[in-house]
Amino acid sequence: MSAYEDDGLCKRIIPCLDVDKGRVVKGVQFVDIRDAGDPVEVARRYNEEGADEITFLDITASHEARDITLHTVERMAGEVFIPLTVGGGVRELADIRNLLNAGADKVAINSAAVSHADFVRAAAERFGSQCIVVALDAKQKQDSTWEVYTHGGRNPTGLDAIAWASQMADYGAGELLVTSMDRDGTKNGFDLPLTQAISRAVQIPVIASGGVGTLQHLVDGVKQGEADAVLAASIFHFNHHSIPEAKHYMRERGVNVRL
Amino acid sequence: MSRRAPNIAVIDYGMGNLHSVSKALQRVCPSASIQVTANAASIAAADRVVFPGVGAMRDCMAEIRRLELDTVVKQTLRTKPLLAICVGMQALMAHSEENGGVDCLNLFPGRVKRFASPPGGERRLKVPHMGWNRVQQSYPHPLWKGIDQSSRLYFIHSYYVEPSDASLVVGTCDYGVNYACAIAKDNLFAVQFHPEKSANVGLKLLQNFAHWNV
Repeated sequence: MSAYEDDGLCKRIIPCLDVDKGRVVKGVQFVDIRDAGDPVEVARRYNEEGADEITFLDITASHEARDITLHTVERMAGEVFIPLTVGGGVRELADIRNLLNAGADKVAINSAAVSHADFVRAAAERFGSQCIVVALDAKQKQDSTWEVYTHGGRNPTGLDAIAWASQMADYGAGELLVTSMDRDGTKNGFDLPLTQAISRAVQIPVIASGGVGTLQHLVDGVKQGEADAVLAASIFHFNHHSIPEAKHYMRERGVNVRL
Repeated sequence: MSRRAPNIAVIDYGMGNLHSVSKALQRVCPSASIQVTANAASIAAADRVVFPGVGAMRDCMAEIRRLELDTVVKQTLRTKPLLAICVGMQALMAHSEENGGVDCLNLFPGRVKRFASPPGGERRLKVPHMGWNRVQQSYPHPLWKGIDQSSRLYFIHSYYVEPSDASLVVGTCDYGVNYACAIAKDNLFAVQFHPEKSANVGLKLLQNFAHWNV
């Protein structure tokens, strides 16, 4: 392990909460938590365990329930003093402003970036690149390239994922959240060639997402995928592994983490 | 014996997330009265002031001038504890490279520069500098009290401060370049990292600030 790796910027471990109408879904199971459905309780637990950031994906379908999300973000930001990224249904500058005012540090834009790429540029100019994350969902094609999908992997876009990632960086995105739709939910590990190709194509940080089933997958995401951060949900939610356990495992394998 | 509860003003010029700063201050100092405000009289009445900021420098400086907060910051700098955070720190300098060049408040000589990958290095620098990095304390300071040397704090920025006067530097960080991530002079303490997002280490610094008697 080089001295640089020991001393420089850490790789980040980011637990992700899927939240519907203010409640955590995909069943977080902590035995000793008062209300495992409350995103604020869960975020507080991850904060105590040493998570580097929290990502909050709002999967609420109805637009009317947005106020619940804003209220949840506000409560979370008042309790958890690490960075908070919020995504899901972000379509207008007003959505971003509302989330930032509620206490989000970064906002993730997904489908709206595809339908209206200039939205990313406008958002970065108005609020600064540092708070604009573009969430990119990709599936591998027969010819081994990757295509961007929207709406939770349902809609193909015809866009090449690597070219799209570069374009989003040029438009002012401050970070990319790269999810492999082939791997999401499989527990077979990240799509490492996808992660690596995007990380090399852009000069902004890349978060690997989709497929984590073991702690070794987190190491692989950083070492082979060259990701700057790794995001995972179920591996942490179900108490299979704690954040400190993940960090110790990664450090023993030469990954620079915050302990 | 009772110490008067701090009255802290967080300067609001419409740029970014001020909720977190005020909530974090309230957490570490429950008795404090905290106002998020652009009102010059309120800021003048506070006994300590936080000057935060995120976003692009050109917009930040435009809003600071439009709200006539430049005068307010200058007055604060002469009279009471002032904590500048991120773009708030950068705005204290003479000039920033951002947005094709922006004149800042010029309270300290120095420039704000963009991170560049070291020439010839095989390792490209990702910009923004985003995440937890080590802070080296240049010398003891009341705001470093209880914070270990080389502690990790949370950074998220593409530009960094290069003060002309090296004696201002109270903390440094390495990211392609060794740069000033904290400067201090008299009643000013300015940081590039986000104490309000740096978990317990950051909260400790905010607590130190809330009780700092210059």
